[in-house]
Amino acid sequence: MHTFEFIRPANQAEAIATSAQSKTAQQGADVRFLGGGTTLIDLMKLNVETPARLVDINRLPLDKIEETRDGGLRIGATVRNSDLANHAQVQHDYSVLSQALLQGASAQIRNMATVGGNLLQRTRCVYFRDTAMACNKREPGSGCPAITGHNRTLAILGASEHCIATNPSDMCVALAALEATVHIQGSKGSRAVAFGDFHLLPGDTPHRETVLEPGDLITDVTLPPPIAGSKQVYLKLRDRASYEFALASAAVVVTMGSGKITRARIALGGVGTKPWRSSEAEAALTGKPANEGTFRQAAEAALRHAKPQSENKFKIELAKRCVMHSLRMATTA
Amino acid sequence: MPDNPQSEPPKPSRRSFLLTTGSTAAAGVVGAYLPVSANIPVERKDGSAAVTSEPNVEGSVPILLRINGKDRQLRVDPRTTLLDCLRETVVLTGTKKGCDHGQCGACTVHVNGRRVLSCLNFAVMHDGEEITTIEGLGTPEAMHPMQAAFFTHDAYQCGYCTSGQIMSAVALLKEPCGPDDAAVKELMSGNICRCGAYANIVAAIQQVRQRA
Repeated sequence: MHTFEFIRPANQAEAIATSAQSKTAQQGADVRFLGGGTTLIDLMKLNVETPARLVDINRLPLDKIEETRDGGLRIGATVRNSDLANHAQVQHDYSVLSQALLQGASAQIRNMATVGGNLLQRTRCVYFRDTAMACNKREPGSGCPAITGHNRTLAILGASEHCIATNPSDMCVALAALEATVHIQGSKGSRAVAFGDFHLLPGDTPHRETVLEPGDLITDVTLPPPIAGSKQVYLKLRDRASYEFALASAAVVVTMGSGKITRARIALGGVGTKPWRSSEAEAALTGKPANEGTFRQAAEAALRHAKPQSENKFKIELAKRCVMHSLRMATTA
Repeated sequence: MPDNPQSEPPKPSRRSFLLTTGSTAAAGVVGAYLPVSANIPVERKDGSAAVTSEPNVEGSVPILLRINGKDRQLRVDPRTTLLDCLRETVVLTGTKKGCDHGQCGACTVHVNGRRVLSCLNFAVMHDGEEITTIEGLGTPEAMHPMQAAFFTHDAYQCGYCTSGQIMSAVALLKEPCGPDDAAVKELMSGNICRCGAYANIVAAIQQVRQRA
């Protein structure tokens, strides 16, 4: 591992000022915020990340979960995944988030991993993690061996000719379906970013994964007020029953009225280069009766633009069945 | 684990042998794993608080860790994981290094009472915090109920994952967990056992939970 300077800032302003000196907030940043460390320290051991300075934000007052003025929920950036998953109001009003968190990683990692860190979780693509291999995300312009290589677990939605890496987060899939907002404090002030705009598609700049700039500190995530009477399900399909990343997952938040679906929010995980909200599937569900035909149409709509890689054609059908079954679970619960 | 957990460990231990040879004949080989071998404190037999220190090498930082109830003043390179700090600096080798990438759970310890993976933490992050390792849980004479249950249920073969399994299992007792085996398996999924002692591990944990 490369040497680094360990910095414990006295306050948020100091943390931001230090981070603002970084050339980038994306891959290869020379200043990194350190939260739970579960992604960053792993990648530093692999020399995929080589920051010269680490700014430990664990002791900044960013660990609160509190109600917002409009009746929603504010979740601090350093709230641990386990605390968020087991929070009474989250379990009651935003259960899809609790379900997603509890199906992610292991109990130990959930005790460490933060909300802010989970937003910035890096892909598990084996080429990204191996510095002996080319990778456009790690070294722009070096190529993407995954396209002709091991790509069974990689993306079928949102990929480009430069990168097909999957976003591995479960939490983010639930946050997409809950229409969360990411709050960022930067050296030029604060801003709020709609969840769907926070992560970027790879395009020809796969090393840029989010809208974050040097100095930008994620301070919290807010959720809108709970949707009364909504049914929420997170369904995760994977190679083993626990402690494994998704091959396909679905977060659904649906509301029923007079035998019909009156409102639907649906996002997919394990299949996209970013947490994949499907407005097409939502449109196919809204105003329709909750039956197999409707679910099939939603699944087809969600995967209409899916493009398989050489090893993962099965993920298209798997993701469709995941969407359909999550809807079945939500509407019969 | 020895057949009889009450018996004294053999002397000299493999580690004290390594430490001795590391500073003399095999310095070139073993020394690579023990960068501060000359200053490594050996745990006192009476278990009294040993204040440990490392040479003031360039870039090292002072930290205070409260490990198994004892304050330890240490100097560590910021790159030192909590795992390496425990094993190499403080010489508490009950915590094991398996994958060193957060995939196996062998390095599980408690920080401020919660189970974490010591391989994915830097020791400096825990300045002033409370660390509990397998050595702080019980002794061969007075085992923690979970240690006793693992022994009774033969919940290990090679033993390499066992300290991590037990640290996880003890933390699980205080976490929200359903009553059935499936809930225990889910919450123990971060601890991998290559020997496949899972059935006995679940039985040991369930026995402790039922008696609690």
